[in-house]
Amino acid sequence: MYSTKYVKPNSTTEALEAIKSLSEGKFLAGGMTLIPTLKQRLASPDGLVDISGCKLDSIADEGETLKIGAMARHISVAESAVVKMAIPALAKLADGIGDRQVRNRGTLGGSVANNDPSACYPSAVLALKATVHTSNRSLAADDFFTGMFETALEEDEIIESISFLKPTKANYVKFPNPASRYAMVGVFVAQFGDEVRVAVTGAGEGGVFRHQEMESALSSNFSADSLSSVNIVSDGLISDLHASAEYRANLIKEMTKRAVA
Amino acid sequence: MNEVTKIDGIGSSVRRTEDKKFLTGKGKYTDDINRPGQVQAYFLRSDVAHAKIKKIDIKNAQSAPGVIGVFTGDDIAADKVGGPICGWVVPCRDGSATKEPPHPLLAQGKVRFVGDAIAVVLAETAEQAKSGAELIDVDYEELSPVVDFENAGDGAQIHDEVPNNCYFDWELGDEKATADALSGAKKIVKLRVRNNRLVPNAMEPRSALAEFDNLDDSYTLHTTSQNPHLTRLVLAAFMFAIPESKLRVIAPDVGGGFGSKIYVYIEEAVCVWASKKVGRPVKWTADRTQAFLTDCHGRDHVNDVQLGLDENNKIVGLRVDTVCNLGAYLSAFSVVVPTYLHGTLLSGQYDIPAIYTNVKGMATNTVNVDAYRGAGRPEATYLLERTMEAAAREVGMDPAEFRRINFIPKDAFPYQTQVALQYDIGDYEPHLDKAMEMIDYSNFETRRAEAAKRGMYRGIGISSYIEACGLAPSAVVGALGGRVGQWESASVRVNPTGTISVFTGSHSHGQGHATTFAQIVADKLGIPMENVEVVHGDTDKTPFGMGSYGSRSLASGGSAISKAVDKIINKSKKIAAHLLEASEDDIDFKDGKFVVGGTDKEKAFGEIALAAYVPHNYPLETLEPGLEENAFYDPTNFVYPSGTHIAEVEVDPATGVVQVVDWAACDDFGNLVNPMIVEGQVHGGIAQGIGQALLEDAHYDENGQLLTASYMDYCMPRADDLPSFKVGYTTTPSTVNDLGVKGCGEAGAIASPPALINAVIDALSPLGVTDMSMPATPQKVWKAIQDSQSVAAE
Ligand SMILES: Cc1cc2nc3c(=O)[nH]c(=O)nc-3n(C[C@H](O)[C@H](O)[C@H](O)COP(=O)(O)OP(=O)(O)OC[C@H]3O[C@@H](n4cnc5c(N)ncnc54)[C@H](O)[C@@H]3O)c2cc1C
Repeated sequence: MYSTKYVKPNSTTEALEAIKSLSEGKFLAGGMTLIPTLKQRLASPDGLVDISGCKLDSIADEGETLKIGAMARHISVAESAVVKMAIPALAKLADGIGDRQVRNRGTLGGSVANNDPSACYPSAVLALKATVHTSNRSLAADDFFTGMFETALEEDEIIESISFLKPTKANYVKFPNPASRYAMVGVFVAQFGDEVRVAVTGAGEGGVFRHQEMESALSSNFSADSLSSVNIVSDGLISDLHASAEYRANLIKEMTKRAVA
Repeated sequence: MNEVTKIDGIGSSVRRTEDKKFLTGKGKYTDDINRPGQVQAYFLRSDVAHAKIKKIDIKNAQSAPGVIGVFTGDDIAADKVGGPICGWVVPCRDGSATKEPPHPLLAQGKVRFVGDAIAVVLAETAEQAKSGAELIDVDYEELSPVVDFENAGDGAQIHDEVPNNCYFDWELGDEKATADALSGAKKIVKLRVRNNRLVPNAMEPRSALAEFDNLDDSYTLHTTSQNPHLTRLVLAAFMFAIPESKLRVIAPDVGGGFGSKIYVYIEEAVCVWASKKVGRPVKWTADRTQAFLTDCHGRDHVNDVQLGLDENNKIVGLRVDTVCNLGAYLSAFSVVVPTYLHGTLLSGQYDIPAIYTNVKGMATNTVNVDAYRGAGRPEATYLLERTMEAAAREVGMDPAEFRRINFIPKDAFPYQTQVALQYDIGDYEPHLDKAMEMIDYSNFETRRAEAAKRGMYRGIGISSYIEACGLAPSAVVGALGGRVGQWESASVRVNPTGTISVFTGSHSHGQGHATTFAQIVADKLGIPMENVEVVHGDTDKTPFGMGSYGSRSLASGGSAISKAVDKIINKSKKIAAHLLEASEDDIDFKDGKFVVGGTDKEKAFGEIALAAYVPHNYPLETLEPGLEENAFYDPTNFVYPSGTHIAEVEVDPATGVVQVVDWAACDDFGNLVNPMIVEGQVHGGIAQGIGQALLEDAHYDENGQLLTASYMDYCMPRADDLPSFKVGYTTTPSTVNDLGVKGCGEAGAIASPPALINAVIDALSPLGVTDMSMPATPQKVWKAIQDSQSVAAE
C-alpha cells in the first residue's frame, strides 16, 4: 500500500465534496475489494472517502419494492427479517457471499459498483428489475451494468440505495469457484406473474447477463423440465483455469434447474 | 497401560500444553520479534521466468526516501558468500554425479524463475523498501522459458552445469531381473500417473531477523525454520565460512512448515549478510504472494508404471519410470525426495520379487521443488496403489482381496525388499480388515444402489500404504549419498527440586512436542507432567540436533530423550544405593521411587535430585554431583508405519462435484504416546491428501508465470470439504527403538490421495471411466463423464 489520505464524511453531500477535492479519489465502502487492491499496489488513489458514516445502510419494505441502502453489509441483508420476508432469495444470496469476515464488511453498493463478473449481487439487481439510486439519478438495472467491472456510474457518483422489485417467487443458486468461493456460475431466477427473469453471473465475458431463452421457456412453463430443450451456447462465456466455457454452459443450465426446482 | 496410575504418561490423550498460547493468539513468531534500530528488507524479484540480466540500475532506488542500502549479486559475490547447498546427492546411471549448479543468493547474470531474487533494498520501513525496489531498473534479455518438465531436455539450457536440464538420472533395483519377470508375466498392467504440484502454504509465511554484534563479531538469526541447528551449520560452515559459535539461530514459534521450512533460503542468508553490512538488525517477512512464488513446492512427478502378474494374480515384477520436476535450483533435499525417499518405497506392503525404477530429475524455470508432507512416499504410494486398484479391476478381483493375496505375510518379517529397505516388522491384513469393517465394506453395493436412485454415483477406494520414516540410520543415509547424519539428540537436566528440563534437537512447529515429550519423561520417571519443561529451537540452548521432518521427532528425538532418561535413572540408582546403604544392583526403580529390593527402604526421585545438587551425603569419590545427561540416538533402521485407508465418495454427474462421504483410516504407528495428538496428525494429513486429490494444483503457464499464486485460484481444503474421519489402529511396535514407536506425521497425506482417486474411478466405473488425474476437480470429473457418454454413443 502507498500512503494516502483518508476522510470519513457524515453525508453524501460531504462525500461528494471530498471526492471532488481529490484528483484520483476513491469511495471506500467495506473495503473488501478496494483494500486488497491498494495493498498489492495495483491502485494508488490520492485519497479515500469512507462512506460508512453517510447513513446509507437502511433496509425498508416500501410495498412494491424492497429498498436497501448501499452501505448495508452482506451480513445485515442476510439476517434482516424485512429482507427474509420480502425477498428471501436475496437474504440467501447475501448469506452465501464469501466468508463471515467478508460478509461483516462487504456492502451491497460496493459489490454492485465494482461489478465483478463473479459477484453475486449483480444477478439479483438484474433479475429483480432493480432501480439503482445514485447521488444524482436513478438507473434501471438493465442500463446499469455495462461490462466486466464496468457500470453506468460516472466518476464521483455514489450509489445511495437500490430498490428491488418484489417477485412472486425467486431463487438464487450458486456454484462456487472451489478456491475463491465467488460464483463460478450463479443464477438468479425471479418470477413476476407471467414474466420470468433469469440473470447469470460468474460466466459471461461481459459480466452479468440475462438469458432470454431460459426466460421464455420458464415464462411458458415454470419448471426444470422446460429447460431441457434450451441450448446454452458457450460462445461469450468465460473460460479459465477452473472452468471451460462448455462446463460453465452446463452449470448455467444445471443451476437454473436447481433454482426453479 | 493402567489408566488410573498413568494419568499423563505414555498412552494417554493429554491436552496439548502449548495450545493455551496458540489458541489465545499469544504465540511468538519471528515477525513478532523486533530489535531496536532494525531495518526492513524487500527483495526485488524477477517477473520473467528465464532471462539474462544485461543491466541493473539501482541509482534511483538508492536515493529513495528511507532507503539505507541497495545490494545486488555483485555485492554478495564481492564478499564471497556462498549459496544454499544440496544436502543429499545421488549417482547417475552413467556413473556421473548429480549436477549441482550454484545457487547465488542474489541473481548473478541470470534469472531462472518468476520470483528469483535480483536485489535487496533495505529501508527504515517495509513500505519504503518496497517503494525503493520499484525504482530499480532491470534490463533483461529474455530466454525461452522451460516449464514442461517432461520435455525439459529439449528446452533452453537453464544452467551451464546441467546439460539437457537433467540434474540426475538415477536408478534402483535390478533392471534385468525385472525385465525378465515382466516378460514372463501372464499379464502386465500399465498405468501413467501424474502427481500434481503443490504449494506448501504454511499458515505463517517465512520470516527472518538477523543481527550482528560487532563487539564479538557474532550474529543472531531468528528464522522460520524446522531445524535451527542445520540452518546454523549450513550458514556458518558453507555460506559464510565463520565458526558456528559466531552464529546463534533461534526458531521461535513456527506456524507450520510441512517441509517447506527445512531448507536454508536465500532471504535469511541475505539478511545475515546485510546485518553486518549496514550495522543494523535486518528484518524480512514474506507476504503471501512471495510465499506462493518462493517457498519450495512439492511433488510434481510423472510416473510410468508396469506391474506384472502371474496366473494366480500374484505380482511378479514392477518397473517404474519417473520424471520429476526439481525447479530452477537444487534445494537441500530435492534430490533425495524423488529417489531414496521414493524409489525405496515401491514395494509397498507387497511381496514383489523384482523391482526396477529409474528417476530423472529435471531443471525447469519454476521455483524449486523439495520435501512436502510425505516427501517422495506419497508419490510412491500413489502410483502403486493406483496400479493395484487398476490391476484388480483388470483381472476382475475385489481390490481388497487382490491386495491381500499380495501382502508380505506376517511371518516374513524382517522382510528385505528389492529396493534397499528392510522392513523390521508389520502385519498388514489386520488393518485392511479393520478398515473394511469400519467403513462397512461388505454392504457397499447396497449404498451404491441407493445413491444411484438419487442420481448419484457412489464409489469406494482403498489405499494400503507403507512409509519409511523416523529419519534415520546415519550409516544408511550416508551410504545412500546423504551429507548429514540423521541421529537425534537430547539433554535431560534434573533440577534440584526434581523438576526436569528437556532440551531437544527436534523442533516443534505444530506437532505438540512440549506435550508428547513431557509425557515420555513423566512416564519413565513416574513424576507429574507439569514438572517437565521442553526446550527447543535455539542453538544456544539445545544440543546439536537435526530438527523435525520425515516424521522423525518421536522415533528419533523421543528415543534420544528416553535414552537420556535411562542414564538419569542409572545415575540416580547409584546415588540411591549410597543414601540407602545398599548395593546398586539391589536398587529397583518403580513408580518414581528407588527401593532396595525386598525391603521398605526407599528414596523418592525428588530426594535423589536434591542429594545430587546438595551433596552433603553423596558418593563424591565415585560419582560427580549434579543430575544431567545427554543422549545421541542413531537408530539402526527406519521405522515403517503402515495402514489402510478407505474412502467413499459420491459424484454428482450434473456438476462433476465429488463429495467425500466417508473415510476409514486404520494405521499401525506402533505404540502411541498421545493418541489425541496422533489422531490430530492423521486428520491433518488426510485433509492435505484430500486437498491434493481434489483441490490443489500449482499451475504455471507456458511463460513460467504462476497462475495459482493466491487463494483466489489455489484451492486449499476447508472444513466443509472433509467428512468426519473414522480413525482406528492396529499395533506392531517398532523393533527399532525402545519406545516401540513409528511416525504418524505424514501418514495421512501419504495414504489418502490414491484412496480418494480410486474411489472416484470406482464411482465412475459403470460409465467405463478408468482413469482420473489429480486434482479431480468438478470440471475434470464432469468432462470425464461427458467423454464416456460420447464414447458410449458412438
Ligand atoms: C475472500 C472474499 C470472498 C468474496 N466472495 C464473494 C462472493 O462469494 N460473492 C460476491 O458477490 N462477492 C464476494 N466478495 C466481494 C465482497 O462481497 C464485496 O462486496 C466486494 O468486495 C465489494 O464491496 P465492498 O463494500 O467491500 O466495496 P469496496 O471494496 O469498499 O469498494 C469496491 C469498489 O466500489 C466502489 N464503491 C463502493 N461503494 C460505492 C458506492 N456506494 N457508490 C459508488 N461506488 C462505490 C469503491 O470506490 C471501489 O471502487 C468476496 C470478497 C472477498 C475478499
